[in-house]
Amino acid sequence: MTAPAPLDAVTLSVLKGRLEQIADEMDATLYRSAFNPIIAEARDACHGLYHAETGATLVQGTTGLPIFVGAMAFAVKAVIDKVNADEGRGAAALQPGDTFLFNDPYDGGTHLNDFRLVRPVYRDGRIFCWIASVGHWLDIGGNVPGGFNARAEESYQEGVRFPPVKLVSNGVLNEDILAILAANSRTAQSNYGDLNGQLNALALGEQRLAALLDDYGDEVVTAAFETLTARSEALMRANIAALPDGRYSFDDYLDNDGITDTPLLIALDLTIEGDRMTLDFSRSAPPCAGPLNIALSTSVACCYVALKHVFTDVPANAGCLAPITFIIPDTTLLAVKAPKPVGGYTETILRVIGTVFGALAQAWPERATAAPFGTINALSIAGARDHGGRYVMFSFFGGGLGGNPEGDGLNHGNNPISMATMPPAEIFEASYPVLFRQWALRPDSAGAGEHRGGLGAIYEIEVLNGGVSAAFLLGERGRFAPFGVNGGKSAALNRFVFEKDGAEATPPLASKITDVALRQGESVRLETPGGGGWGDPSARKREAIERDIRLGYVTSEQAAKDYGLPQLDLTASRKVA
Amino acid sequence: MDDLGTRPAREAKSIVGVDVGGTFTDLFFCDEATGEFRTAKVPSQRGSEEHGFIDGLKTLGPIASLGSIVHGTTVGTNALLERKGARIGLITTKGFRDVLEMRRRDRPKTWGLWGEFLPVVDRDLRLEIDERTLADGAIRKAADARDAAEAARRLIEMGAEAVAIVFINSYANPSNERIAAEAVRAIWPNGHVIASSELLPEIREFERTSTTALNAYLQPVVGRYLGRLQDALADESFAGAFHIVQSNGGVMSTQTASRMPVRTALSGPAAGVIAAASIAAAAGYPNIITGDLGGTSFDVSLIAGGAASLAAQTTIDFGMVIRTPMIEISTIGAGGGSIAHVDRGGLLQVGPESAGSVPGPVCYGGGNDRPTLTDANVVLGRINAERPIGGKLARLDVDAARAAIGRAVAAPLGLDPMQAAEAIVRIANARMAGAIRLISIERGYDPGTFAFMPFGGGGALHAGALLTEVGLRSALVPCFPGITSALGCVIADVRHDQVATINLLVAELDARALDRRMVDAGNSVRATVQAAGLPLTGIEVRYELDMHYVGQTHAISVPLPVTLADGTTGVSQAIIQKAFDAAYSTKFSRLLPGMAVKIVSLRSAAIGYRPPFDLSVLAPRPGGTLEAAARGVRPVWFDGRWHETAIYSRRDMPIGATVRGPAILEQPDATTVVDPGLVARVDSLGNVVIETA
Repeated sequence: MTAPAPLDAVTLSVLKGRLEQIADEMDATLYRSAFNPIIAEARDACHGLYHAETGATLVQGTTGLPIFVGAMAFAVKAVIDKVNADEGRGAAALQPGDTFLFNDPYDGGTHLNDFRLVRPVYRDGRIFCWIASVGHWLDIGGNVPGGFNARAEESYQEGVRFPPVKLVSNGVLNEDILAILAANSRTAQSNYGDLNGQLNALALGEQRLAALLDDYGDEVVTAAFETLTARSEALMRANIAALPDGRYSFDDYLDNDGITDTPLLIALDLTIEGDRMTLDFSRSAPPCAGPLNIALSTSVACCYVALKHVFTDVPANAGCLAPITFIIPDTTLLAVKAPKPVGGYTETILRVIGTVFGALAQAWPERATAAPFGTINALSIAGARDHGGRYVMFSFFGGGLGGNPEGDGLNHGNNPISMATMPPAEIFEASYPVLFRQWALRPDSAGAGEHRGGLGAIYEIEVLNGGVSAAFLLGERGRFAPFGVNGGKSAALNRFVFEKDGAEATPPLASKITDVALRQGESVRLETPGGGGWGDPSARKREAIERDIRLGYVTSEQAAKDYGLPQLDLTASRKVA
Repeated sequence: MDDLGTRPAREAKSIVGVDVGGTFTDLFFCDEATGEFRTAKVPSQRGSEEHGFIDGLKTLGPIASLGSIVHGTTVGTNALLERKGARIGLITTKGFRDVLEMRRRDRPKTWGLWGEFLPVVDRDLRLEIDERTLADGAIRKAADARDAAEAARRLIEMGAEAVAIVFINSYANPSNERIAAEAVRAIWPNGHVIASSELLPEIREFERTSTTALNAYLQPVVGRYLGRLQDALADESFAGAFHIVQSNGGVMSTQTASRMPVRTALSGPAAGVIAAASIAAAAGYPNIITGDLGGTSFDVSLIAGGAASLAAQTTIDFGMVIRTPMIEISTIGAGGGSIAHVDRGGLLQVGPESAGSVPGPVCYGGGNDRPTLTDANVVLGRINAERPIGGKLARLDVDAARAAIGRAVAAPLGLDPMQAAEAIVRIANARMAGAIRLISIERGYDPGTFAFMPFGGGGALHAGALLTEVGLRSALVPCFPGITSALGCVIADVRHDQVATINLLVAELDARALDRRMVDAGNSVRATVQAAGLPLTGIEVRYELDMHYVGQTHAISVPLPVTLADGTTGVSQAIIQKAFDAAYSTKFSRLLPGMAVKIVSLRSAAIGYRPPFDLSVLAPRPGGTLEAAARGVRPVWFDGRWHETAIYSRRDMPIGATVRGPAILEQPDATTVVDPGLVARVDSLGNVVIETA
């Protein structure tokens, strides 16, 4: 722990709030001015302040997408490296207002849709810190509209890739770069709107930060950065030191890579030694052919997300990661380089996060959380409208969260990497020629336990248009269920069903399929997993089991299996059908 | 606007505003003929609020002689927060009974995956019937009245007291819901039957289901409460009009309130904001930010150009969404009862955990031993420990408060207790300042052009500090900060809102058909306002469209510059396009020419204007002097040391009086702190204006 400059605790608390508010305001500015609903509605964006030399996270907002919170430091570092390399080659020095754009997943990105803007903030002719913005753009080319190409074998099939390039130089926006961006997307106008929103956010952040620095002085704010980082580190060390020393291993699997039907091992050996933690993923599967790989920066970012969910009191800055050592060799699918495809990164990071939960559950059973449903289920249905034009309905779907020491898991929640909400059925039906036959909780989908998991959902979607539509799914958990902890049971598997030749069919690769043909009146059904159970099912209170049966969360047949009770017919006594 | 002339509904007698809060019931009495007014504050009785209500009225004189009573209530809010609504049922479309429980697929907190959600209707009381309407309003399967009746019978057997009927896409065509509602009403044992298309015919089934279910959940509770009040008033031979303030800041009849109790969710706070807007406008401050510091929270609202902004919906608690127009109020968990503690990272935090009003701050002696913001204010000498607000307690225990701060804050931070108390106030000020910045700067308003108006018992303690912290122009402390909501009940106009999703492309608009819809909606909301039976000077009907570019999911509110007169609004495609362009460019700066524009919903509101209330009656009586208002000096801690601070009786300070900080202005319902470096002046209406010296 570095010795921070002395700063009184009260000023520090005030500055912490003011700095977080700057990042929050940048978030809000982008949500409000973005055109694309993935940012505007689902809030797939993030902003923060980063260290002048190292790019380490100084301050993050409280509203940004959790997964980006961990990834941004890598993005800023990539830009710092680029600037240093350019200056080494004798390029013109950086100017205030200069702004870099990039989406390279292998160099501080996540997947190609996530565009980052990074800008230096100058004080007295020197870089004081960096500010950055990231947001998910709708489409950046590639074989499948909107990305999420389950069959991609190279990055080139997923879209266009930008290394860090100078978008704004000496106050001038580089129109050539805008032209290249526009030429490589199916939704150029939407992307341009989002880019403008991100530029607005950076401008606002610069302005607010300057006002704060004028109020408090650069030295005091610098001292606050150092102190806050040191405090996060101290808090994280205290959290780790409270856990028993030891090595805790946890293995889980991805169903397959979308190309061949072979499970992919995600293996974590977590070691606690005093106030240090090592996360070693060396035993994980090698890089795969399909889009389930991720880059090193993404792996670190998702471990950060997992740790923040467990140690919720640690403020979001680089100090959190100081006591953590990562071992993620490039012989695994968790540290791949270009051009290995990474478009399905959302599924892999959910599995990585799960292994951190699983390993920590052994070290700290009192605070263990069972696995959440663990798949993003990127489902799109596309086709021709009866009155002309094409439609693409795209969404991520929900599932159950894990049982935990406080109680049962949440029914139908979102994934740990995101706070995104889902559009209601009426919005889908008003926008696309589809009809939801069912939008319901899925009985028996949760893992049993003293505190059971939350329930997953059933969505059954019928197509109404006359022509032939096609469905695409990139999902997971079709072969390996969300796990329980402390003796809790696993949840149900993810299940996707479509109609083929008048019969029900399921994808050969469980939860990944492209181009399922759908005629008018035919439907697909997605049944998502619940969360895993917490604690021994035999310890579940009888009233809770009876309530589960009465409310139809659990069928009496399943309750008999999970909890060893004789089948109860509670429905008759309550006069409920 | 219709001109109703000077026709009074009944002889202009007295009117009383009654705001029943968690701790106190505040009353504001005004005789509209003589300009005489009186205020009262009595303890609230949780669970039997009508007792405090009647007790309070009695302190103002014979209830039978009152002309009208307007009530701001938290009974609905509390029933929601404490989950004490009725046992209710839901009848819905086959395949959709879990909409209420599935929400919009969210979770309670960003970090940490724990937490459950219990919907207000258990799953076995949510019954499905086989019916279906499509998004374009076509009926795919008609509802069968027998199915609805059968479902209703089963719900009655299971003990449901009220029922909500919500069918998918009923916003596009309510006919299936109407069939079901009629069948259910035919057999339901009471009047508590509500169909979503009667309350909120608007797209988005989760928000519509949640709003309708919460309405049903409140109907028996609020209905019984209003019934008890009406009975109690009848026992006192009260024969005047009795009205309720709704969340949109307008007044409605008790009949409407009983049918749509979900519209009372922010009744009390909304009344406060209405009063604040009125006071500020009269004082020449059209732009203000209000701050209501209560026991557990700090509620902030912004008034720009004299008008409070309305939000389309609010979230009462995780997953409990109410979609109905309401005054936009942002809340943070920092109130007088907020507990100060040092977290594991060594940072001082104030709130969100609160000691509430029971057991309350340490100085109340109610058994809590963790220091609160109020304790810090008492230790610093800002609150007079010998004369606590509200008169419930004889004195406050300063020593206990100091000891608690010493233990919980001073010791771990290595400060002395006085420094620690000042630090607690600083942190609380910083949090309140943050809330003010969010509501102003974040929405594109410059706080330098706004005044801050504190109300509630505690807001004026912090007004000066917030002024400096946020860079506000000035602070305007109203005559009676502690009873602002009760005053708002008296001032509030009558209002009724209605929404309908219509989904029309502007390019393909049939303006005459839209005009007919607008005329019908306008007549309907106006009739409700007229039926309220309060004296009005006129009724205005306003229209807004929710619009967006095709493909966007969020819509913006577009006020239409049209007037309902002679059976037409005169709306046209050109008027709508122009209004949309203006609203869109204000909000987003860049228009997108060439893209199709859609009208999503029509919002109609009728506002019945009440006779103007002469705020000058609140000003201090002439003849007073500052000397006569002086109450000596006491030591108060500012900026690291004690200052001998002048104390004044606020109500005795004459118009034009000027006081330099440090000073404390005391009155029975609130304490105003004038920090060193600030100056306070009494304006011509009796408000205290605080500015930098």
